Amino acid sequence: MSTAAEAAGREREAPYEGPLLDVRDLHVEFVTRDGVARAVNGVDYSVRAGETLAVLGESGSGKSVTAQAIMGILDTPPARIPRGEIRFRGRDMLKMGKDERRRIRGRRIAMIFQDALSALNPVLSVGFQLGEMFRAHQGASRAEARAKAVELMDRVRIPAAKQRVNDYPHQFSGGMRQRIMIAMALALEPDLIIADEPTTALDVTVQAQVMDLLAELQAEYHMGLILITHDLGVVADVADKIAVMYAGRIVETAPVHDLYARPAHPYTRGLLDSIPRLDQKGQELYAIKGLPPNLLRIPPGCAFNPRCPRAQAVCRGEVPELYPVAEDDGRPLEGRGSACFFWKETLHDR
Amino acid sequence: MTVEGTTPNGATALGAAVPQEAAFAQEVPRGEPILEVRDLVKHFPLTEGVLFRRQVGAVKAVDGVSFQLEKGETLGIVGESGCGKSTLAKVLMNLEQATGGSVRYKGEEISRLSGSALKAVRRNIQMVFQDPYTSLNPRMTVGDIIGEPFEIHPEVAPKGDRRRAVQDLLDVVGLNPEYINRYPHQFSGGQRQRIGIARGLALKPEVIICDEPVSALDVSVQAQVINLLEQLQGEFDLSYMFIAHDLSIVRHISDRVGVMYLGKLVEIGSDLEIYDHATHPYTQALLSAVPVPDPAARESRDRIVLTGDVPSPANPPSGCRFRTRCWKARDRCAEEVPLLASPSWLRGAAFHASACHFAAERETGQGAAEREGTA
Repeated sequence: MSTAAEAAGREREAPYEGPLLDVRDLHVEFVTRDGVARAVNGVDYSVRAGETLAVLGESGSGKSVTAQAIMGILDTPPARIPRGEIRFRGRDMLKMGKDERRRIRGRRIAMIFQDALSALNPVLSVGFQLGEMFRAHQGASRAEARAKAVELMDRVRIPAAKQRVNDYPHQFSGGMRQRIMIAMALALEPDLIIADEPTTALDVTVQAQVMDLLAELQAEYHMGLILITHDLGVVADVADKIAVMYAGRIVETAPVHDLYARPAHPYTRGLLDSIPRLDQKGQELYAIKGLPPNLLRIPPGCAFNPRCPRAQAVCRGEVPELYPVAEDDGRPLEGRGSACFFWKETLHDR
Repeated sequence: MTVEGTTPNGATALGAAVPQEAAFAQEVPRGEPILEVRDLVKHFPLTEGVLFRRQVGAVKAVDGVSFQLEKGETLGIVGESGCGKSTLAKVLMNLEQATGGSVRYKGEEISRLSGSALKAVRRNIQMVFQDPYTSLNPRMTVGDIIGEPFEIHPEVAPKGDRRRAVQDLLDVVGLNPEYINRYPHQFSGGQRQRIGIARGLALKPEVIICDEPVSALDVSVQAQVINLLEQLQGEFDLSYMFIAHDLSIVRHISDRVGVMYLGKLVEIGSDLEIYDHATHPYTQALLSAVPVPDPAARESRDRIVLTGDVPSPANPPSGCRFRTRCWKARDRCAEEVPLLASPSWLRGAAFHASACHFAAERETGQGAAEREGTA
């Protein structure tokens, strides 16, 4: 992979050994009229170069807010980060100055948003918007920036890039617009890409094209990728490891194969069980009872306890930490953790 | 439930509506067609000029669609955005006037009705919308929203009984009947969709058209709503047309499935025929593109990645509309429109309606290796 990077003639510092991004005990809350909404309550995760971490969760689980905190694009106020660290190559970005942070954003960490139509400026041509990256970060001239924009559009396989560089966002289809978003994220060859529901707004046949492209470019540049999604199918397709979020906390982490084969948290298990399966045709689907919690009033103890089939008194009184998951004989399962007092029972359930 | 609902109604109907209402009150036996759609066309005109508007073309949103909905069954309609599936729903509901073709409900032509006759049909065909956030009026209480259909069709629930009727409906869809005076914003997405379903049930319809009823909901809540829809179908003997883009949910709930592409049905058959024995290349590509929630399948998957985008429905390709993205396309596909019919050269489960000149099951690794490609 590094040969590809060299061939592209990029200057790079020595490969960083530790995790590219290391989020530790991150808390984010929003001050609203009705009280403090605790959107993220102590999230830990890390990504290495070349690795794909999928952050799986429903709306309101805090998966996107975590990403916005990493990018430094949260509006403060109403948001605030009372606690936590976001280390990029070992340095805590929350302690950096504004300028230093800006040099990382876009250049080292880039983000792909869900809705390309609203993420792109409708009154500027896509060529201008792509070229802006080079003008702002590298001081390129207009002509240089345009040439680079065409090159980028070629790289994300937009047909007839040269002719289309002056077109406006509305002249592209949804899939093509998402390619432009990817091109923009790739422009400065970042170390890490955060993709927030990159294919949710796309049709399945186009979704397949875009996910393939993203995976291919990630391998080519040896980038870290954080994929934020609610789609268990997409996760199974591309992720190396998974962090499942619920009510602002990570409730389970696992390598992708382990998670689907043997979930260790009742919430993960419920999600997997509610997927319609072939042999269940004509039967009732398994449904997790109840509703996701209101972030203004997260239930005490384990946030999932009112919906959990396994809940006991302890679940209502104490907040479970992310326990390491091990086999019966005590052999630890690499990379696995579950924030459930009964992870052992859940793991052996099936 | 249906019997109770329809007999008194037929008797109380007034004036010109009487023959119509009487016709719609007939019972259709299970398995017989309740809705018959033939060559349905809906074109939206494209105009030019300010003072002298003239038509310069048309967006062919639905362009010759035929199918039957049988009593008590669920017909799934799948397709990508822009394929015309939502327009089809609107035309069936008479929310949009059809440009051509016919829609028969219990044998009566309904696509060009108006006035009281239209009102009578609408009572029997109801709709559940996609977005529970925008399809409920935020200034009305839940009781008013669910009870509003009774204002238009007072014969279903006399004035004094309405509150009770609404509370019964809330109970049926699994909401607390005491919530009758609350407003939509006090409910979550899943609960709002239940309110939408209760409104759809209020007039005791026989057909419910569900347009993406769960796609705006969280994964953990989708299953609850799907279960509710299935339970109601059994309870009230409903026929569903279930429009969605999530193929696994459609498979779970549907008895038969139709696949749409660019305003046309390209394939229709039982869930087994479509999902396991698809013969149209578009269906095959669509099925293969769906991400499978099983990481073990990652390597073994045999995905067809289509190139390009769906062409504009204002200017669809000649002949077969899928030919611009099809790997089987030949000269014939550009000249001759393939008809939706069962190809005579296919046998067994592969023998079902498919609009492709070269319809054939997909060659997969196991078993099908020796079968010769028909193309």
